Amino acid sequence: MDFRRISRRHLLQGSAALTLGSALGISSAAAADTTIGFIYVGSRDDYGYNQAHAQGAAALKKMPGLKVVEEEKVPETDAVEKTIESMINLDGATLLFPTSFGYYSPHMIKMAKKFPKLRFEHCGGLWSDKDPANAGSYFGYIDEAQYISGIVAGYSTKSGKLGFVAAKPIPQVLRNINAFTLGARLANPKATTQVIFTGDWSMPVKEAEATNSLIDQGVDVLTCHVDGPKTMVENAARRGAMVCGYHVNQSPLAPKAYLTGAEWNWEALYPKFVKMIAAGEAIPNFYRGGLKEEIVKCSPYGEAVSAEARKHADDIKAKFLSAEGYTIFKGPIMDNKGKAVITAGTDRGQKDPELEKMDYLVEGVIGATS
Amino acid sequence: MADATIGLWTVPLAVFGGAIRVSTPFLFVSLGECITERSGRINLGLEGTLIMGAMSAYGISYLSGSPWLGVLAAGITGALLGALHAGICSLPRVNDIAVGIALMLFGTGLAFYLGKPLIEPTAARLPAIDFGWWSDIPQVRAALRINVLFLIGVAIAPILFWAFRTTRWGLLIRTAGESSDAARAMGYSVLWIRLRATMVGGFLAGIGGSFLSLFYPGSWNEGLSSGQGITAVALVIFARWDPMLCLWASLAFGGAAALGPALQSVGVTSGYHLFNAAPYILTLAIMIITCSPKRTLTGAPAELSITR
Repeated sequence: MDFRRISRRHLLQGSAALTLGSALGISSAAAADTTIGFIYVGSRDDYGYNQAHAQGAAALKKMPGLKVVEEEKVPETDAVEKTIESMINLDGATLLFPTSFGYYSPHMIKMAKKFPKLRFEHCGGLWSDKDPANAGSYFGYIDEAQYISGIVAGYSTKSGKLGFVAAKPIPQVLRNINAFTLGARLANPKATTQVIFTGDWSMPVKEAEATNSLIDQGVDVLTCHVDGPKTMVENAARRGAMVCGYHVNQSPLAPKAYLTGAEWNWEALYPKFVKMIAAGEAIPNFYRGGLKEEIVKCSPYGEAVSAEARKHADDIKAKFLSAEGYTIFKGPIMDNKGKAVITAGTDRGQKDPELEKMDYLVEGVIGATS
Repeated sequence: MADATIGLWTVPLAVFGGAIRVSTPFLFVSLGECITERSGRINLGLEGTLIMGAMSAYGISYLSGSPWLGVLAAGITGALLGALHAGICSLPRVNDIAVGIALMLFGTGLAFYLGKPLIEPTAARLPAIDFGWWSDIPQVRAALRINVLFLIGVAIAPILFWAFRTTRWGLLIRTAGESSDAARAMGYSVLWIRLRATMVGGFLAGIGGSFLSLFYPGSWNEGLSSGQGITAVALVIFARWDPMLCLWASLAFGGAAALGPALQSVGVTSGYHLFNAAPYILTLAIMIITCSPKRTLTGAPAELSITR
């Protein structure tokens, strides 16, 4: 009974907002105030994934004629649908960024079908032809920045042992570990990367234990792929090890120990999206890129990075930015069990779908995927 | 960084170091809960207390620059939450377990809300005492950097054990827990005893929280506790309401938490999910071995709502 009443009210509000949305929204974004909604799965100042998106949202706030509404700690359940509806109905949002991976299906898809005139942009690269045309998906090839971090780490390590605190052995994480290791071995062919999987995205005590265990093994440069790198960065710096960051720039946490890091560059991408909408261009439903497309970037070098390391890293960075690009996964590449995973002569470029299915660790990584 | 590596010795060393580093919050929460449960009440809200303690310690340490003030603030916050639990439970026909669950959610939510501006700043941390000065091996020195709170916790366990047995206060708490009628007949207010026992329990749990945010892992974030408070409450049952057993159980849990990462770091990579689950498997195994259908749990206070 109660439920029915609410849903009717929602319907009325929804249709009102739709009229409003189409009146001021997509067609005349430049003229009137456009409201953009951001939804985060965690806290937006976590020195990690969510903060990277919040920095992108902050860049939009500086643009004229835009209003940004944000909600944090929205779980990947139908709670996100309620948040989306309230942003649309109550705040008049016409462009929505549900930023967490698990928001996409079925939640965002359902909302995109319900509000066909509004635009939904999801971070994660999940869009396929079957999904609504007003839904889009974008993602960055952050392994390129990890590769640069690897080069710097390879020059900076004295023991030749690098450490990687990872959450779960899924393709995207493995790709980062592999790119980091390949970069490090470019600088120091004997370098190895010891990987520890903690089992989940946010496990501060496990991450601290993993950091300590790695350092006990003689590892002197660490990086990570977890939601909040703060624990790893602070604990490694306390033990006198050096770190490469992830998601955002963590150098304020450990100014002396911070070498460089792989960062998202949403503050460049989001204004680009808004300008495309204002100019009446369609945003491609499937939008991806790396360093060249300004979707990812590298943190500025820390003071501990040698001139030699800077030069080599800058050279490779310039190749990534050049017209012909640069391929990280270039055969022959062996996995750490001695099997050839990419044969000689095969180049697996940035957009190669085979890389999305990565289930191996390259030679030089100590660890296993299961 | 020394080049010396210690190979497989990392594992026992990490388990030993982990037992010291990770066990402190377990120790404080379980000792606190031990006092509360001995008085005949279960406070499941200690997970919330732990997180509130962590948040308030971090906040006060950040604002005042003194981590010890932070520890005190965490204790006071914990005691207030304990008083709230005991106060609500003093009302007639209130279930302490239900109130505990409510306070767990309340404490967690309030800490996340108030702790929002604290995620970014870095607060002053508690100092560690270097017990590894005699060793040249950096790994050993790192493992032996011990925090004072751990030592205090280790000292509290035998004191509590002694106090329960031989002091008047210990006897009163036990009387309230074993038979509230007996305590009333002696002219004591059971509610009053339980109020104080819950407040002391909350005080200790809050201090346990301050260890999390001010020493190890050593910063405030929302995933900080990941269930350690509720694990510690379960640990009290596992330790049969005995403070000394609480100490050993906490050390075992701390060491077990370090086992998974340590094994991976020396190259034992298969089944790390299993090793990460080691503490829980240990609990289950001991519970199954020691349980019996013929009697209630040995050592369980008779007034507890789970045994009554």
